[in-house]
Amino acid sequence: MGLAKRIIPCLDVDNGRVVKGVRFVEIRDAGDPVEIARRYDEQGADEITFLDITASSDNRETMVHVVEAMASEVFIPLTVGGGIRKVEDVRRMLNAGADKVAINTAAVSRPEFVKEASDHFGSQCIVVAIDAKQVGPDKWEVFTHGGRKATGLDAVAWARKMTDYGAGEILLTSMDRDGTRDGFDLRLTRAVCDAVSIPVIASGGVGNLDHLVDGIREGHADAVLAASIFHFGEYTVQQAKERMAAAGIEVRL
Amino acid sequence: MTTVAVIDYGMGNLRSVCKAIEHVAPGARVRLTADASDIRHADRVVFPGQGAIGGCMAALEANRLRESLLEAMKTKPFLGICLGLQALYDFSEEGGGTPCLSLLAGAVKRFPPSMMTDAASGLPLKVPHMGWNQVRQTAPHPLWQGIPQDSRFYFVHSYYADSADARDIAGETEYALRFTSAAAHENIFAVQFHPEKSQRAGLRLLENFVSWDGAR
Repeated sequence: MGLAKRIIPCLDVDNGRVVKGVRFVEIRDAGDPVEIARRYDEQGADEITFLDITASSDNRETMVHVVEAMASEVFIPLTVGGGIRKVEDVRRMLNAGADKVAINTAAVSRPEFVKEASDHFGSQCIVVAIDAKQVGPDKWEVFTHGGRKATGLDAVAWARKMTDYGAGEILLTSMDRDGTRDGFDLRLTRAVCDAVSIPVIASGGVGNLDHLVDGIREGHADAVLAASIFHFGEYTVQQAKERMAAAGIEVRL
Repeated sequence: MTTVAVIDYGMGNLRSVCKAIEHVAPGARVRLTADASDIRHADRVVFPGQGAIGGCMAALEANRLRESLLEAMKTKPFLGICLGLQALYDFSEEGGGTPCLSLLAGAVKRFPPSMMTDAASGLPLKVPHMGWNQVRQTAPHPLWQGIPQDSRFYFVHSYYADSADARDIAGETEYALRFTSAAAHENIFAVQFHPEKSQRAGLRLLENFVSWDGAR
């Protein structure tokens, strides 16, 4: 008996539609986030993450409706990230039905925001997203704005600081690996996972199912996040879990 | 048609709880409320608990909900979720020590840092205890009906209930130690996990609750 390692499919949502192409054979409306979330739920996804890549505030309203629709139909935890800058943004997403919000750039701009949000709503719903790039041997720097802006912050020290500020979880993305399908940056993942007392989700670079196993085994991650391997129908979440179970990792089957 | 009052004192997301109940019981009237008379008139009551325990207790006082809640806990089918389980015990260590409602004997404690190591891997166990863990049903109960033994439910919490009276324990979960993940006492059933986020097993538990008559 024990806590299962989690598999979290991630959807990039722009103006209420999933982008980055999704090809489920049976789905007619391939870009509907709720329909895709429902499919992942049926496959046994442990949670769903929506990243709102919308730029304008009008379209943010659309995201609230997407979250509301998802919460009425899919009964597993939902994390929403992207554009969460104020306590009011957190409140709106939680009231719409999100279980957690992921805070990225706003945490770097004003770390106290993480403290305020976790004091107000509880650590359990505050995820700090960290985008990290390698800048030296076993040294990674935090970047914001989708990896374009350097912050000068050391990723491991930043993860520790965010834990102290009340984050309940870290979503760690390797910018070097994101989109490469070469697997997680395992040294980065392990460095952060071993440095903090809160759960860490590994992200960035998954190209096959063994990468998920490595993220848990070698990276010490508590959960693994992937997008493209599930979107393109290459693998189902169920297959991913079976592979992890075969490797001796405890999963919810 | 049964009416379900879901206690809301305005500190967080309860939409999922209502939606999940409506999903399993389309005929039920689900009302999100902080009103004592709604609680009195409802056929059954769900107490999800939100935020930290100190704030929860203070909000119950501020909204004059304590009396009607205690009355409901003694008279009608009552489901506590997460903090709504912890609040039923005598005392919680959270917030420097918080007296609770004393409907169940025992205390709510922080996962002890010195014990947070996985015996098999030697790796640290993280707090909050977050994710899908198994619940061992230690006593038969109408709310367990149709839910396989050792099913996984979704948990997220940093404090756990330590029951002083073994008769109150309906389910247990292991994470560094064994704690009460489901408690049952007369017409009260309370769970540490989130049935509204626990997919099939959780929905079944909510469905069982909506048709439960409050007897063990």
